[in-house]
Amino acid sequence: MMLDAAFLSRLQFAMTIMFHYLFPPLTIGLALLMVAMEWLHLRTGDKLYASMTRFWARIFAVNFAMGVATGITMEFQFGTNWAAYARFVGDVFGPALAAEGILAFFLESCFLGVLLFGWNRVPPRVHFLCTVMVALGSVISAFLITAANSWQQTPAGHVLVGTGPYMKAQMADFFAMVFSPSSLSRFAHVLMGCCVQGSFVVMGVCSYYLLRGRHVDFAKKCFPLALGLGLASTTAMLITGHRSAVVMAQYQPAKAAALEGLYESTDRAGLPLIGFPDSEARTLRYKIEIPGLLTWLIHGSKGGRVQGLNEFPREDWPPVFLAFQVYHAMLGLGTAFICWTLLNGLLLWRGTLFSSKLVLMGNLAAALGPYLANQFGWAAAELGRQPWTVYGVLRTQDSVSAVVPASHVLGSLLLFGLLYLALFCVWLFVMADKIEHGPEDAPPEPLAAPAGGA
Amino acid sequence: MDLQTFWFCVLGLLLAGYAVLDGYDLGVGLLYPLAKDDTERRVLMNSIAPLWDGNEVWLVAFGASLFAAFPDVYAAVFSGFYIPFMLLLLALIMRASSMEFRGKHPSETWRRFWDRSLFASSLGASVLYGVAAGNMIAGVPVDSERYLVCGFFDLLGPFPLLTGLLTTCLFAMHGACYLCLKTEGPLHHRIHAWRGKALLAFLALFLTVLVMMLSQDASAASHLRERPFVGTFAAVGVLLTASTFLAARAGHHTRALASSSLIVLLCVGVFCGSLYPDLAPSSLDQAWSLDIWNSSSSPGTLRIMAVVALLGLPLAGAYSAFMHLVFRGKVKLDETSY
Repeated sequence: MMLDAAFLSRLQFAMTIMFHYLFPPLTIGLALLMVAMEWLHLRTGDKLYASMTRFWARIFAVNFAMGVATGITMEFQFGTNWAAYARFVGDVFGPALAAEGILAFFLESCFLGVLLFGWNRVPPRVHFLCTVMVALGSVISAFLITAANSWQQTPAGHVLVGTGPYMKAQMADFFAMVFSPSSLSRFAHVLMGCCVQGSFVVMGVCSYYLLRGRHVDFAKKCFPLALGLGLASTTAMLITGHRSAVVMAQYQPAKAAALEGLYESTDRAGLPLIGFPDSEARTLRYKIEIPGLLTWLIHGSKGGRVQGLNEFPREDWPPVFLAFQVYHAMLGLGTAFICWTLLNGLLLWRGTLFSSKLVLMGNLAAALGPYLANQFGWAAAELGRQPWTVYGVLRTQDSVSAVVPASHVLGSLLLFGLLYLALFCVWLFVMADKIEHGPEDAPPEPLAAPAGGA
Repeated sequence: MDLQTFWFCVLGLLLAGYAVLDGYDLGVGLLYPLAKDDTERRVLMNSIAPLWDGNEVWLVAFGASLFAAFPDVYAAVFSGFYIPFMLLLLALIMRASSMEFRGKHPSETWRRFWDRSLFASSLGASVLYGVAAGNMIAGVPVDSERYLVCGFFDLLGPFPLLTGLLTTCLFAMHGACYLCLKTEGPLHHRIHAWRGKALLAFLALFLTVLVMMLSQDASAASHLRERPFVGTFAAVGVLLTASTFLAARAGHHTRALASSSLIVLLCVGVFCGSLYPDLAPSSLDQAWSLDIWNSSSSPGTLRIMAVVALLGLPLAGAYSAFMHLVFRGKVKLDETSY
């Protein structure tokens, strides 16, 4: 029977984390942009930067609230659905989560209130400081949660104690755990992913206003800020992505082989662009590849052994087909982002961007790209880690809550499915409404009379 | 004090922070039906809009710290209380959504939906907290495998239901004290009038729960019996209720809120004091109870996390104080309001 509690719990975790991850990348990217906007307002006194910060703060608020609401689900699920995992890793993984709660969430959440509602209550410089604190909190949180996940990928700094069902990982070195081999490169990659999402969404919304001929001054001033971040972060993705892949090849060879669809070990591995991994025949069908490139990327030289899946027992393989496809979709999108921001940059430099309808319309579609790429990237990371929850240490099958019957998980899965679908529709509606409403062209006077609610 | 006891205290502190702070905004949700028109509802909503997230974060920190310090308890209780915790998540998600989305569209139907959802989710969360606390005090079926196996309806015994009612009443009373500080005019008078009744109901329930606790046979209740605390708890409860009542009648709303905060702290104190040193007392066999020593993380982890807590929690308290300072005073609706 496919529908056992373990499978349903995996499905529920995948669904709830993917839905959750629609929101944090945007808020992290936006927070950094809002810091820049508000700083520019303080430096130049230009009112347009003030209305810019306020407008994006409203978009930020909607997404942050969704992130908080769906984030608590994640915090609970390690215990509710993955009790055996929680018991096994609590000593090592728990501290990373607790540190995130204590060091990052308080910072973010308390200053967020002032950021959103405190415009007329604190002086501009204090308000700016609150925006910085929110951004700082969100970056610390991104680091600690990525560090926790990286420990699952490349476990370090722990020892195994006990036997049988009472075996557990015990912390030996806190900093070795937090800075496990993949931690920093993956954090940098995740953070850049957030910046790409923030900048592309801002570019998309500005393009929409330019196409409609509304809030044109706003859009012309806001667009270059986002494009600047976009150019920097899409390029940086190349470096951070490369670095993560090298670490993965070293510490998670079976995962790397699955993501690249490599079955047979070789000294001259090519980098496939597309293909259909066939695990029965143990070959990558219909592939288009750049010969020798994978070896060169991993070893930095023309020769060097790259391990294929055949070297690993079949039960240690991740789901190759799906992992390969999402990984390559991410790679393709990432490459496209670089070309796209360069094109935008070139046209902006030549002064023709804001009249180039085709590129502006392209920016509308491009705003969706990072949503997909961030989802695909995490899907590749988590699918590639299978069949382990802690790579090489604890299997996913052995991580699940034994006391929760499949029927209960099915019930909660349906509950979350329906709830999240409804929330997704509400979120889309509210986002569309906010973007349609647009920024206030003249910043409102303090304590203006309310008109039926913001 | 050993590391395990230190972490029991940290968890108690996080729980206390959560109960006092999110307690008042859950209370505002419970009192929401007292608002008669859209403006009054917006006043109630905006009395907590900038603050609720910073308050709820105490719960997240509590959950994560439980995971880090006492992973076996986190694993056993969260998986054992699967259905109630899923319902709690539903309530918390709906509460966040109600506050975020209500003001985003002027239509009557839209707002009525989120109004009802705010009330229902605040009620649901308050009752579930109380029921969970009641079950922990009464003892839960922790088995020899150190897991907790029980059906949903097993959790709804008379004692947990009574503690559920108590928590709801406590938060409503606390929320009323908070709102008297934040509101003016007819809405203020309505809440003020309601507060006295809530206080009386609270006192009656509080004393009943204390008496019932003594008749429970789980270890938590026996801890309490062994200690000379029960009479003190009851006496302090009566005194604090009286002081809240008097401060409220004299119109000293700040003092009333301070006093009701102490009542919330007292309730958290009764809960923690009756559990210690257990975290999940077993109703099947006392030897299977999860206590702070047999379920804790390693000393190394507890020590490094103690450093994190000692660094982080004073800062967290300072952030929270700053946020409350910025938004002190009566609610004034402006263009940034929901």
